[in-house]
Amino acid sequence: MSNLSLIALLLALMAIGYQLGMVRSRRVAAVQTMHSRPHHYGMMVGLWAFIPAFFILLLWSLLAPGVISSMVSAQLPADALAAEGMSADVIMRRISNLANNFGIVAEAESWELAAAAYMQQLKTSSAVLLTGLLASIAAAGLFFSYKRIQPQLRARHQIERTVKAVLIICSTVAILTTIGIVLSMVTETINFFSFIPPADFFFGTTWNPRFSTTGLTEGSLTGSQGSFGILPLLSGTMMVAAIALLVAIPLGLMVAIYLAEYAPVGFRTTAKPIIEVLAGIPTIVYGFFALVTVGPFLADFGASIGLTIRATSALTAGVVMGIMIIPFISSLSDDIITQVPKALRDASLGLGATKSETVRKVVLPAALPGIVGAILLAASRAIGETMIVVLAAGNSPSLSANPFEAVSTVTVTIVNQLTGDNDFASPQSLVAFALGLTLFVITLLLNVVALVIVRKYREQYE
Amino acid sequence: MTEMKMTPANDSATTSPAALSKTQQKVAASLNRRHRQEKLFKGIGLSAVVISLTLVAILFINIFSKGLPAFWQSAITLDIYFDPAIIQISEKPQQQPDELDNLFFQRDIEWQSEVGLINFNRLITEGLKKVLPDASAHRRDAARIVTSGERFALRQMVIDNPDIIGQTQRLHLLTDANIDVWLKGNIDRSLPDSQQQLSPKVREWVALLSEQGIIQNRFSFALFMNPDSRSSLASAGLAGAFMGSLYMMLVVIFLAVPMGVAAAIYLEEFAPKNKLTDLVEVNINNLAAVPSIVFGLLGAAVFIGWFKLPISAPIVGGLVLSLMTLPTVIIATRSTLKAIPPSIRQAALGLGASKMQAIFHHVLPLAIPGILTGAILGVAQALGEAAPLLLIGMKAFVAQVPTGPFEQSTALPVQIFLWQGNELRNFFEARTSAAIIVLLALMLSLNALAIWLRKKYEKRW
Repeated sequence: MSNLSLIALLLALMAIGYQLGMVRSRRVAAVQTMHSRPHHYGMMVGLWAFIPAFFILLLWSLLAPGVISSMVSAQLPADALAAEGMSADVIMRRISNLANNFGIVAEAESWELAAAAYMQQLKTSSAVLLTGLLASIAAAGLFFSYKRIQPQLRARHQIERTVKAVLIICSTVAILTTIGIVLSMVTETINFFSFIPPADFFFGTTWNPRFSTTGLTEGSLTGSQGSFGILPLLSGTMMVAAIALLVAIPLGLMVAIYLAEYAPVGFRTTAKPIIEVLAGIPTIVYGFFALVTVGPFLADFGASIGLTIRATSALTAGVVMGIMIIPFISSLSDDIITQVPKALRDASLGLGATKSETVRKVVLPAALPGIVGAILLAASRAIGETMIVVLAAGNSPSLSANPFEAVSTVTVTIVNQLTGDNDFASPQSLVAFALGLTLFVITLLLNVVALVIVRKYREQYE
Repeated sequence: MTEMKMTPANDSATTSPAALSKTQQKVAASLNRRHRQEKLFKGIGLSAVVISLTLVAILFINIFSKGLPAFWQSAITLDIYFDPAIIQISEKPQQQPDELDNLFFQRDIEWQSEVGLINFNRLITEGLKKVLPDASAHRRDAARIVTSGERFALRQMVIDNPDIIGQTQRLHLLTDANIDVWLKGNIDRSLPDSQQQLSPKVREWVALLSEQGIIQNRFSFALFMNPDSRSSLASAGLAGAFMGSLYMMLVVIFLAVPMGVAAAIYLEEFAPKNKLTDLVEVNINNLAAVPSIVFGLLGAAVFIGWFKLPISAPIVGGLVLSLMTLPTVIIATRSTLKAIPPSIRQAALGLGASKMQAIFHHVLPLAIPGILTGAILGVAQALGEAAPLLLIGMKAFVAQVPTGPFEQSTALPVQIFLWQGNELRNFFEARTSAAIIVLLALMLSLNALAIWLRKKYEKRW
C-alpha cells in the first residue's frame, strides 16, 4: 500500500474514532456531568487513533529503504561484486531499478535478478508489515482512549496541548529553514574548499572555472581546473548595486518627501500604490525590459554622444534594478518621514523657516537613521537580485571599473554554475554554494544592521 | 541655520528699532532666494514622482505594445479532406465487456501508434493544393507554410473521432512562425533573399493568400492550450508552464499558508516573551530579506541532494517557494493578530473560555480577512519568482503538460526566461511579452482580490 492510501486509512480511523468517542461521551453525559464537551472526547479519541500511528509511518518510511537495501547488499555474492568492478552504489541502483521494473543499462546478471527479486519480496513484506502495524496501533489507540472516557477525564486539555504542540512545531520551521540554509551551504562550501584553498577563492582576481568536469574522478581534478577568484564577481555585484542605488536613492527619497510633505491627499493616495506596483512586478519582467528596451536604448544613446555602451552592461542592469527598488526606498522612507513628530515641523515653521528648509534641516536629520536603514535594505535587495542581472549584465567576469562594459555578478554565476544538476562532486558546481554563502552573509549583515537601525528609530519616536 | 539666527534677532526687535530694520533687511534680502529654493525643492519632488509614474507607464506600455499582437497569430484556412486512401488504419478498439483494463489499454496504445505512422502532412499538402494550384511544383516550399505541429493536431482529431475519415473539414491551421513574423512586419522586407528566412515562392504565396483572406490573424488558442515546443515554434504555448505554476501554488497554499498562520498564532498569542522568542522574531525578519536565489540553493542541496526528490518537479519548486513565502505569511498574520483589540480576548476569557478557545473561536475569525490578504500577496510573490527555480532544474525544456506535481515541468516566469533566449527573436519577443502579460494579469488579479478582501472586511477598532 502506498503511503498516501495508508494516510487515508488513518484518517478514516480517526473519523471513526471521533464518532465513537462523541457517542460514548454523550451516553456518559446523560448520567453525569462531564469535564469537557462531547466533541472534545471525540477529537481526543480521533487524535489517539491518528497521531501515534502517523509517527510510526513517518519513522518507517524514513528508515525502511535503508534497512532493505542493506539487507539486500548483505545477500549479494562477494565474488560477483569483485568481478563486476562497479561501485556498490551503482549496483544497488541497478538492482532497485530492476526491482521497480524499470529498465537498466546492459543485460542483468542472474545474481542481480535474484537480488532484485529478494528486494521486491522484502518491499512487499515491509508494506504488509507496516499496514498491519499501523492498523493495530491506530486501533489500540482508538480502543484505549475510548475506554478512558470518564467524567473526570480532561479531554479538552489534552487537545489543547496537542494543538499547542502543533503550533510550536510550525513556528520552528522558520528556524529550521535558516539552519538548513546555513548547514547545507557550509557543508558544501567546506567540500568546495577541499578542492580550492579559501585564499584563492576570496582573494583571487580571475574567474575562469572552465567547463564542468563531473564524471572525472577526484584525483584527476586537482591539476589544472580553472581559477575561482570571487573578486571579479564581487566587483561586478557592487557596481551594479551602486548604479541601482544611484538611480533609486534620489528618486525614491524625493518621491517620499514629496508624497509625505507636499502632495495633496488625493494625489498621494493614487500615486503611492501606482509606484508600489513597481515592487510587485516579477524580476524576470524587469530583466526582459532591460534586455529588449533599456539596453538598446542606452547603447543608441551612448552612440549618439560618442560613448561605447554595450547593450548588456552594468549600466543597463543597474538602471533597471534602480527602477525596481525605487518603491522599497520611497515606501519605507515615507513611513519614516511621516513618523517624525509634528511638533518638530511646527517648531521649525513657527520660527519662519520655509517648508523645504524644514524638510532639509529638521525632518531629514531626524529621519536619517531610518532612511539609512531603508537604503541598506534596498542595497541588500539589489545585491541578491538575480533575474535582471542574468539577462542584462552581460555575464563577463572581469575586474573592470567601466560601467559601460558587461560584468558578471555573484548571483549570475550561481545560476550558471548550478543548473539543476544534482551531482555536487566537482568544484565547478560546488562553488555555487561558496558563492551563495558569501551572498547570504553579506545580505544578512546588511539586513541585521538595517533592522537594528530601523527598530531603534521607531522606538525613539513611539 | 536661518531660524537659529532669527530667534535672538526677533527677541531684540521689540526693544531696538535699529536692529529690527537691520534684521528685516537681512530677511528681506534672503527671502527671494529662499522662496526660489522652496519652489525648486518642491519642483524636484514633483518631478521625481512624475518620473517614477512615467517609468511605470513606460514599462507597461512597452510590454503591452509588444505582447498584445502575439495573442493573435496568423492562421491559414484550409479544407482538409481526411482521405481514406491516406489514412489506412484498422478500426478503433472498443473495450469488450470481458476484457481486462490493461489489455484494452495496450490495444488502444497499439492502435494509436498505428495512427501515428500515417503521413498527416500529405493531408495538409492536399489541402494547400486546392488554394495554391502550383503547390505540387514546389513541394518543399509548400511544406513550410503550415507549422509542423499541426500534423499532430490532425492526428489527435483522428484518434478522438475516427468517423472523421472520409469527411472534409474546414480548419484554421497555424502558419509557420516565420510567416507570422513576415505578415506582422517584424522583419525588414528589403533584406536580400539570402538573408530572408522565407523563400521567394513562399513570400509570393503568403502575399496572395493573405490578400484572398485565406491567411488571417486569428486569436491564438495555441498560446494557452499547447505546451512548449521547439520543433514547431508557432504552436509553442503556455499550458505546461501554467500547470507547473498551478501545482507549485497549490503546494504553497497547502503548506506555507497553514504553517505560517500556525507559527504566527503561536508567536503572537502563546510564546513567552524571552530571548528565544526574540531570536525567532529576528530570524523570521531576516529570512524575509534573504535573496530568493539562496532558497534555490537550499532546495538544490536539501530537497534534491539529500532527500532525492525528483529534479525539475513542481513539488520541489513548491517546497522551495513555500519556505520563501513562509516569513511573508507569518509577518502578515502577526500584524493582523496584533491589530485585534485585547478586549475581544478578555471578553472570551472572562466568560470562561480557555485561551485556546478564545483565540480559535473569537480572535482568529476576526483575523481571517487580514490573514487571507497576506496569504494571497505571498502567493502572488511566489508566482512571479524565477531565480530559485532555475537552480532546481525547472528550466529544462518540457514538451508535455504535467499531470502531477512529481512530473517534470517549468513555471510561468521560467517559461518567460526560456522564451526570451530563443533564436527566433522576432517571433519570441512578442511571444515572451504575451507570456509576461499572462503572468502579470494573474498576479494583478491576485492582488486585486487581496485589495477587495481588505476593503470588504476591513474593520477599524
